[in-house]
Amino acid sequence: MNGESGPAERQAITCRGLRHAFGDKVAVDGVDLDVAEGEIFGLLGPNGAGKTTTIRLITTLLPAQPGMVEVFGLDVASHRMAVRRTIGYLPQQLSADAALTGRENVELFARLFDVPRRQRRERVEEVLAAVGLADAAERRAQTYSGGMIRRLELAQALVSAPRLLILDEPTIGLDPVARDGVWERIQEVRRATGMTVLVTTHYMDEADQHCGRIALMHRGRVQALGTPSELKSGLEPGATLEEVFRAYTGDRLDEPGDGFRDARRTRRTAGRLG
Amino acid sequence: MCIVELQKMRHDRTELYTRAIQPALWLLIFGETFSRIRAIPTGKVPYLDYLAPGILAQSALFIAIFYGIQIIWERDAGVLAKLLVTPTPRAALVTGKAFAAGVRSLAQAVAILVLSAILGVALTVNPLRWLGVIVVVMLGTAFFSCLSMTIAGLAMSRDRLMGIGQAITMPLFFGSNALYPVGLMPGWLQAISHVNPLSYEVDALRNLLIGTPGHLLLDFGVLVVAAIAGITAASALLGRLVR
Repeated sequence: MNGESGPAERQAITCRGLRHAFGDKVAVDGVDLDVAEGEIFGLLGPNGAGKTTTIRLITTLLPAQPGMVEVFGLDVASHRMAVRRTIGYLPQQLSADAALTGRENVELFARLFDVPRRQRRERVEEVLAAVGLADAAERRAQTYSGGMIRRLELAQALVSAPRLLILDEPTIGLDPVARDGVWERIQEVRRATGMTVLVTTHYMDEADQHCGRIALMHRGRVQALGTPSELKSGLEPGATLEEVFRAYTGDRLDEPGDGFRDARRTRRTAGRLG
Repeated sequence: MCIVELQKMRHDRTELYTRAIQPALWLLIFGETFSRIRAIPTGKVPYLDYLAPGILAQSALFIAIFYGIQIIWERDAGVLAKLLVTPTPRAALVTGKAFAAGVRSLAQAVAILVLSAILGVALTVNPLRWLGVIVVVMLGTAFFSCLSMTIAGLAMSRDRLMGIGQAITMPLFFGSNALYPVGLMPGWLQAISHVNPLSYEVDALRNLLIGTPGHLLLDFGVLVVAAIAGITAASALLGRLVR
């Protein structure tokens, strides 16, 4: 299922000339992307490359122009509600409600996604078990570790049985064991349901290990696209993904951009994880 | 959303207690003092009785007017983005939040009314009137929390919202009939009071709780229209916060 998407496969996401500007600053500048149904697609790039803006356009949080983005064949500009129904979304920040128990957190999203009342309890149990939090479900989220909170948020995103899971830096600030834990759960659910995963990350080892295909973004554009091994061997034999990353984005140090805001948000997330 | 608010209150009651302090002080100190010096003519009604519904409306206002801060906090924490990616319509999210604020106000209202009863305020015993009180508090809080969320959608930052909230709270409070009859005000303040939904909220509460003559139908009408307008405005601006 990973990688090698032929034209015959169904597309989960299609972007054509995706563009968005905040005032004068062009964040996404003509991105073309095809994410095949069932694959894990990695969106990589330095802070301010336009990854999060791309995700916001796909998730309907930012207004897209007609013809720019399709999710499962639905134009995001004209079918917002239908698109939202297909998506599970995990934002960059830690967004579980610390004052609620794990179960209450997941139940809220079951209600927001109109999971039918009769199936709700069962679905909530299912996803809590799927992320390994069944035993901790009655505890308030403020007692959870960083990895547990991330897995709880994964449960929130999965409770609607999305066909497309969008993860914005799902493992940021987590220790290696917790990172593996999050990825294991993602992989398990994907194997069981065949859902598509779009993920951004700064961890090259994760991208290398888990993503079927990768798009390297820089300055609002896709600079390189392919499977991890294609990207690595395209640079030079024996290259690592990190070297590929540097090769395509190495000029970023002299970029002003809004790296400060981005870095601050990242640090805040990391800080809350403790 | 309301359910979530109740769940939170069940988990952590500290806020309920601390929030009850301020209105208690208003009733005890301001109320008792001004009853004694009889500075404010309220006819046959004892001043403390007159004041209690006003303080009830005031505490609901204070809860509601900073509710937008929670929205901004949720924006910063990524919660809002997550909510807005669900297929739940914006208006439903805002309405949920507005009535969640209402639930909080009601919890506070219970505390204030219990204290009022202890202080000897002659409160109604008619259950229909109590039902009316619940509706009025919910509607009033819904409007002011939507006003706060609307300002949040315009101001975009916590600091600015705090500033604007501080700046409008006192005018809303003093420019209403919460502490004194409108008839005592200078003309320009009367005009403000007439367009201030808080005045209608207080008027309705006073009528329902202690039986002073009021204009219930007009009060309900104004509050319903204000709440709907507030929900509409806040829903339209909610998306701005995550751009």
